[in-house]
Amino acid sequence: MAKLRGTGMAAVNYPTGMHLGGDPTQALVHATTTGNFVVTLSSVDLGQGLKTVLAQIAAEALGVPFETVLVDTGDTDTGPHCTGTFASRTTHRAGNAVVMAAREARKVLLEVAAEELEVNADDLVTDGEGSIHLAGAPEMKISVTDAALAAHFVQGKTVSGRGVYLKPMSPMDPETGECDPDSTHAHACTVVEVEVDTETGAVAVLSIKSAYEIGQQVNPALVRGQIVGGAWMGMGHALSETTAPYYPAIDHAPRDFLGYVMPGAAEMPEVECVVLEHPTETGPFGAKGIGEMVANSPIPAVVNAINNALGVRITEIPVTPEVILRALDEKAASAA
Amino acid sequence: MTTKVLRLNVNGEDTLVPVGPMATLQEVLRDKLELTSVKVGCAQGGCGSCSVLIDGELRLACLTPAEAADGCTVTTLEGLNESNSIVPIQQSFIENYAAQCGFCTPGMLVATKALLERNPKPSRDEIIEALSGNLCRCTGYLPIIKAVEDAAAALSGKQSA
Repeated sequence: MAKLRGTGMAAVNYPTGMHLGGDPTQALVHATTTGNFVVTLSSVDLGQGLKTVLAQIAAEALGVPFETVLVDTGDTDTGPHCTGTFASRTTHRAGNAVVMAAREARKVLLEVAAEELEVNADDLVTDGEGSIHLAGAPEMKISVTDAALAAHFVQGKTVSGRGVYLKPMSPMDPETGECDPDSTHAHACTVVEVEVDTETGAVAVLSIKSAYEIGQQVNPALVRGQIVGGAWMGMGHALSETTAPYYPAIDHAPRDFLGYVMPGAAEMPEVECVVLEHPTETGPFGAKGIGEMVANSPIPAVVNAINNALGVRITEIPVTPEVILRALDEKAASAA
Repeated sequence: MTTKVLRLNVNGEDTLVPVGPMATLQEVLRDKLELTSVKVGCAQGGCGSCSVLIDGELRLACLTPAEAADGCTVTTLEGLNESNSIVPIQQSFIENYAAQCGFCTPGMLVATKALLERNPKPSRDEIIEALSGNLCRCTGYLPIIKAVEDAAAALSGKQSA
């Protein structure tokens, strides 16, 4: 009996967006009286940070401070249409819709400012800190707040914009199955080291190291949050998590968190990641999606590391201690 | 069914609460007192999202019969908020991106507060042990462990200064 170490690797090529009957998201942007901007969406933030990312994208496209953008999401009764938060699509789809809406609102904002300053709107620029001024003449300026006040109370305009991103449905070739369902692809590779106890079948994951290529990162801290959380989820799926441990038999299906075993804080190794940025032409400021892929490559990487450690070929998950001990028994029996 | 009136001190206020025989402290805190930081993740002691302090000790509200808390002092995250004693811990959670969906966060904060009260300078292993009853589905735990380490450092630095 021994503790054996192994290394495993796996790569993933992950699409952003999906087929369905077209894959649209719409966005509306408008200024309040005081020059804050509201982005209205039906897209939902699940905790991954969508509202933060879309506020960053809106602020960049509008040319106003991040702190002055409020993202209002998640009411599908009243909001503009969104297919939903899935398929790693929302930063890309909603982001594109927000950019389009923000650019239209920015155009109105600059027209209002131009009338107040008695200049040509094409000659105006924003400083990103709350002011609009004449290009080359920073003293010729008006605050975004004053421009919004003028729009509401003097000029009678809505500083607003409409945005939509639609990936039309791509019909599938009946002969080849070929279609164009997504908008761009992100890529990753994960290397995992494990230590397997051949007496108990217990697996300790020693390290999870990944490289990701996800286009332009909009928010690196949130990207890392996805990667670390996904590494843990992948580890759990590889080692213990299942709703049908004896599939297709439903015996011993877990009914709660006591039976559905997830790794805890003590099982979590350090996670290293590097992120490569190759902006995609279809994305908002070049962004691709990173939502789901983070839990993909860690799963086969963990299983491959176990196989490498033991000299076996396990191909199903989860690789529980029972699975490992049976694989070792089979290996011993075939050697005898 | 006999209704009993419990005498509780919840978040600094003396409260009388009528409860039936099988009521849990979780039901009393959430449904009668509307303290919704006490989450219902599993209602069987498996997730830690209903963590509260009973007479200063970390307890799971879902496994505590309401009658067992009669005469006790109960503190939820809402109570910690009022005293501001939780602020440096919350700040550290924010700075370390230790919350994503946020469902586990109240329980994590209460468990952290209980740990740092009895052990102001915990080791990494002691932090992991203290959080072992709290599940998180989003973060992979590393940001939470780091947040507790940083909060401990910030609080002990403040005390020694």
